[in-house]
Amino acid sequence: MGQKRDSGLVPQPPSLCSQDDREVNAMADTRIPPTEVGAAAARIELVGLTKRFITPKGDPFTAISDVTLTVEPGQFCAIVGPTGCGKSTTLAQVSGLEQPSAGTVRVGGQLVQGVTRGVSYMFQADSLFPWKTVLQNVMTGPVLTGTPKRQATPLALDWLRRVGLSGFEDRYPHQLSGGMRKRVAMAAALINEPRILLMDEPFGALDVQTKAIMQTELLQLWEQLRPSVLFITHDLDEAVALSDRVVIMTSSPGTVKDVFDIDLPRPRGDVQDIRHEPHFQELQGRIWSSLKDEVDRAYRQTAAAA
Amino acid sequence: MTAASATLPLDRDVDLAANARRARARNRTWVWVGRVLVAVLFIGGWQLLTSIGVLDKFFYGQPSAVWNSLVSLFTVGTAFGSIWLNLGITVQEALEGFVFGTIAGVVIGILLGSNRYLSNVFSPYIKVLNSIPRIVLGSIFIVAFGLGVGPKILLAAVLVFFAVFFNAFQGVREVDQNLVANVRVLGASSFGVARHVTIPSAMTWIIASLHTAFGFAIIGALVAEVLGAQLGIGLIISQAQGQFDPDTVFACMVIMAVVTLGAEYLITLLERALLKWRPPVRSDTQQAI
Ligand SMILES: Nc1ncnc2c1ncn2[C@@H]1O[C@H](COP(=O)(O)OP(=O)(O)OP(=O)(O)O)[C@@H](O)[C@H]1O
Ligand SMILES: [Mg+2]
Repeated sequence: MGQKRDSGLVPQPPSLCSQDDREVNAMADTRIPPTEVGAAAARIELVGLTKRFITPKGDPFTAISDVTLTVEPGQFCAIVGPTGCGKSTTLAQVSGLEQPSAGTVRVGGQLVQGVTRGVSYMFQADSLFPWKTVLQNVMTGPVLTGTPKRQATPLALDWLRRVGLSGFEDRYPHQLSGGMRKRVAMAAALINEPRILLMDEPFGALDVQTKAIMQTELLQLWEQLRPSVLFITHDLDEAVALSDRVVIMTSSPGTVKDVFDIDLPRPRGDVQDIRHEPHFQELQGRIWSSLKDEVDRAYRQTAAAA
Repeated sequence: MTAASATLPLDRDVDLAANARRARARNRTWVWVGRVLVAVLFIGGWQLLTSIGVLDKFFYGQPSAVWNSLVSLFTVGTAFGSIWLNLGITVQEALEGFVFGTIAGVVIGILLGSNRYLSNVFSPYIKVLNSIPRIVLGSIFIVAFGLGVGPKILLAAVLVFFAVFFNAFQGVREVDQNLVANVRVLGASSFGVARHVTIPSAMTWIIASLHTAFGFAIIGALVAEVLGAQLGIGLIISQAQGQFDPDTVFACMVIMAVVTLGAEYLITLLERALLKWRPPVRSDTQQAI
């Protein structure tokens, strides 16, 4: 904080100059405003989704191009692909936080035009509010949608119990371990009982044991609520163990390369155990051979650019 | 055997904690010893040099005379009524300037920080205003608004405003966009974004600026009083200066230093209460171990 106090001692004007909006919004056609659709899970339909950014140099850069993909209501769909291929970008378009340059996203039949209710998003980066306690973090969703604090508090306490964090409600995020923070984020995402759950490498930074526990927990919670899930991961075991469908994306600019249906029976129980089933291994092998080319290509691309 | 192995680490824990406590106490003692030593050396040296005539006490004052003058300020009073009356006026000016300047700085800083268009429109004007020497502003205010408390409050507020404004502005600009995205997905309106993310996040910066801002408020009030006033510590200072009485000037400085230290302490309390969510600074954690 020493740095911040310095800037008070010497009040230097921060740069007030403008920085251009980096997004190219090509779409301004007739769109229906977002409305609430039924409480249950919703279908996610991406058609010809393309997103271009303006790089700092001023050139357009295509992050994803022509992504077409459907997630059935209540389906668990994993997206895997080489780094930088546009997975997070795809999720941002589905959430309505960004507008696609071309193509459409529909959630439950409704065109996504802005942030839509009933969508929960676990971001790739840590996104708990550091100034809120664990309890306040989990309560933020219900409070923002108009639930009185008196009802939101017991609800949040119940969700903290479900993710195994009873007794930690008064801590601040910096007082938790990385795995605990992910649990809080999971409770904060699920407390709104979303129709759509977007998860961007939620367990990417965790150790193997914690990851396995969290995956099993996620599956249990998902089976209670059954939202449609878009789940980004680099871990093929995780993708196969959790999902009904695995989508492979090509290297940049990303588009859908392959779709694999995972016909392992549900409920899957402990993810640690199904890893050793022969059918699991076979599916995992097929997916890896499809992904391998893309990873190689992406690596060569970055190496050539450097 | 089991009992021994169970108590052994416990004993060591107790030792560790006691050692840490002792080390901390020793540390603090030495800091205070150092502080007192600096004061004794400085004041004693000053007293000595003015007594033996190396420094002329007519120009530089003398600690014992400063003390006498301090006592007489509180017992006899001043040419403009009791010291408490004058001190009350100055503190009131500084406080009001501090409050108005902080409110304006926070509101305008957050507004311009979160609105690119407004910040582009206003940035040249703010830079121009910020480059005007404050003492010139003080003269203008006194010419325009007379010798009452108004221009003092105004000058203090202007000084405070810029300190707080730039920090609030920067604080808003530094908001983690991830958190903004998160709160928007959770259903926040732009008011909700401000309430749940922008303001708490900028608060770190704003509170940091309040420490210096209160100093500026005192300076603003004093300078404006020196430039022209009917009451106040600044008036006593300028009067003493006119009568070649450095001791009273120093005595007034001591009084204002005490006020500033008190205010600084209150702001630190406020900071602790508002920013208790912050992880401790590393040196604090190390001290705790
Ligand atoms: N705001 C932006 N401006 C310019 N380029 C961007 C922006 N956001 C993303 N990109 C670019 O788009 C591409 C895709 O980024 P994205 O974050 O979607 O990748 P990803 O597939 O999620 O990668 P990872 O697996 O490493 O998280 C990257 O090359 C990135 O540099
Ligand atoms: Mg990503």
